[in-house]
Amino acid sequence: MLTFENVTKNYGNDTAVDALDMTIESGEITVLIGPSGCGKTTTLRMINRLIEPSSGHIYIDGVDIGKTDPVEHRRNIGYVIQQIALFPHMTIAENIALVPTLKKWSEQKKDERVDELLHFVGMPPETFKQRYPHELSGGQQQRIGVIRALAADPDIILMDEPFSALDPITRIALQEELIEMNNTLGKTIVFVTHDIDEALKLAGRIAVMKDGKIVQLDTPENLLRNPAHGFVEEFIGKDRLLRRPELIQVRDIMIAEPVTISPKRTLTQALERMRERKVDSLMVVEKEGRFVGVLTAGDVLDHFGRSMVVSEVVRTNVNRVPEDSNVSEVLAIMSTENVGYVPVVSDENILRGLITRSSLINVLGHGVTNGGGEA
Amino acid sequence: MKLIQYVLNNYGLMGGLLLQHLQLTGIAILSAIAIGVPLGILITRYKSIAGPILAVSSVFQTIPSIAFFGVLIPFLGIGKKTAIIVLFLYALLPIVKNTYTGIKEVSPFLKDAGKGMGMTNMQILTMVELPQSLPVIMAGVRIATVINIGTTTIAAYIGAGGLGQLIFTGIQLYRNEMILAGAIPAALLAILIDRLFGCIEYKMTSKGLKGESI
Ligand SMILES: Nc1ncnc2c1ncn2[C@@H]1O[C@H](COP(=O)(O)OP(=O)(O)OP(=O)(O)O)[C@@H](O)[C@H]1O
Ligand SMILES: [Mg+2]
Repeated sequence: MLTFENVTKNYGNDTAVDALDMTIESGEITVLIGPSGCGKTTTLRMINRLIEPSSGHIYIDGVDIGKTDPVEHRRNIGYVIQQIALFPHMTIAENIALVPTLKKWSEQKKDERVDELLHFVGMPPETFKQRYPHELSGGQQQRIGVIRALAADPDIILMDEPFSALDPITRIALQEELIEMNNTLGKTIVFVTHDIDEALKLAGRIAVMKDGKIVQLDTPENLLRNPAHGFVEEFIGKDRLLRRPELIQVRDIMIAEPVTISPKRTLTQALERMRERKVDSLMVVEKEGRFVGVLTAGDVLDHFGRSMVVSEVVRTNVNRVPEDSNVSEVLAIMSTENVGYVPVVSDENILRGLITRSSLINVLGHGVTNGGGEA
Repeated sequence: MKLIQYVLNNYGLMGGLLLQHLQLTGIAILSAIAIGVPLGILITRYKSIAGPILAVSSVFQTIPSIAFFGVLIPFLGIGKKTAIIVLFLYALLPIVKNTYTGIKEVSPFLKDAGKGMGMTNMQILTMVELPQSLPVIMAGVRIATVINIGTTTIAAYIGAGGLGQLIFTGIQLYRNEMILAGAIPAALLAILIDRLFGCIEYKMTSKGLKGESI
């Protein structure tokens, strides 16, 4: 656990970090985010003592880092920066093994570690070990930057906008790798970015900073659900708040007039109605719109030609949701029940509308519906 | 040809003078490296003295060598010692200056990354700054050496010996073959040493800095 206690950093009369209190949990990614100049880098660099606070204390697992030997302290913390900063005169192997070299590991131990880490990011050691940084692409270079920080197996890794100089496709790939990596390794990662999408994607918790202070430190979900401050809301962006499934009510996006049929109609009539309206299921409702169940085209065809009526075939054990439920609940039903539609009903079980997969996709885009289980 | 005749008759003398020449240049350059590189490093650490030190060493550079010798003779007398001091001062500027610029040009991000990963100041110097700036420092040494081989010929004027002795005597005696027997080896020596240093520089510079693929 990493704790900031009343930490201030002044430059002359300017205050870069202002009486900061913060607790960073072990084993998860904490993202520091905020506008340019709000003190993210300064905060980060105080953790490995590249910057000393003007006042206050920082503790790692209860130990005041101000009382450690700074050089030794830094060797036990991984550090990755936007500029990548691989040493151009060293081979990839030498770059990765830098901290182990400083820690005087044996050549054999270093060599094994280098191979292990290169395999870890899918870069065959035979191909890459003896290359020099300029012989790698930007994305490959930053992969090396990341595993170099892991080399001596530190508990804490600091990353200052590590992916922001990369092209979008490479950036996404490295973000995915980082998430996966940390699911395996469980490092404490402090990650600085000014990209809110990146923060929402990576973070276990997000610290939103402004003018050297933390405005809110929370999980991405809580940040989106309850922005503590107008600034947070503004920073996250209103449209992004609206796109979050748990913030969208079903009444706002449901199909208000789904195609219905009475339980007393025949299956032939039901099929004709489906054909006419180009749908593959019908909402079965009694008079006054009381919801009975759902009739699908498959059910009709299974029983077809036996002169039955809708009430004999209708599925009544259908999951339904109230109008004020949110889209994320609907997504949960869709993914656990494996259904493509969820009827919306009032308290009196009157049919109000229908949510289908395709109506959701229109609202949320593909990514969210595929990951419906996240709700 | 008179030159060939002269060389055949005097190769012993010429060889001796060549060695003397190398000795003068060598001592001056080695001491200039020994003092200049640390001085160049030092002034990157203490920025406030960088300006004055570079200014002073470039003043030495602007004084014509004959005048410089002339000024020092009353204090140090003539001979090798005076010559070496002057040659040393001439060599100093390119070496100090290139060491200083070379190290200053190392990317601050590399130094930051090194420090952030737990390098000591000495390790930042030896593992990051010096390997990075080696080509620039070596270029300074090469310039200093080539200039110095030329200037050493003038040192013969104050009785320090070297190939310049043939040139000056030749001028006094109106003997062109003697002048050439001094001048041509001196020129060849400069070219050869420059090449040699080029090779050393190439060998010492990391492949990663040469921008070639393996
Ligand atoms: N060495 C310094 N001397 C003086 N002021 C500084 C110094 N370093 C940072 N600052 C100031 O401290 C404030 C915080 O800087 P910091 O680098 O932490 O911001 P940041 O949040 O990382 O910004 P960015 O997103 O642009 O990287 C800024 O106003 C900056 O100008
Ligand atoms: Mg920054």
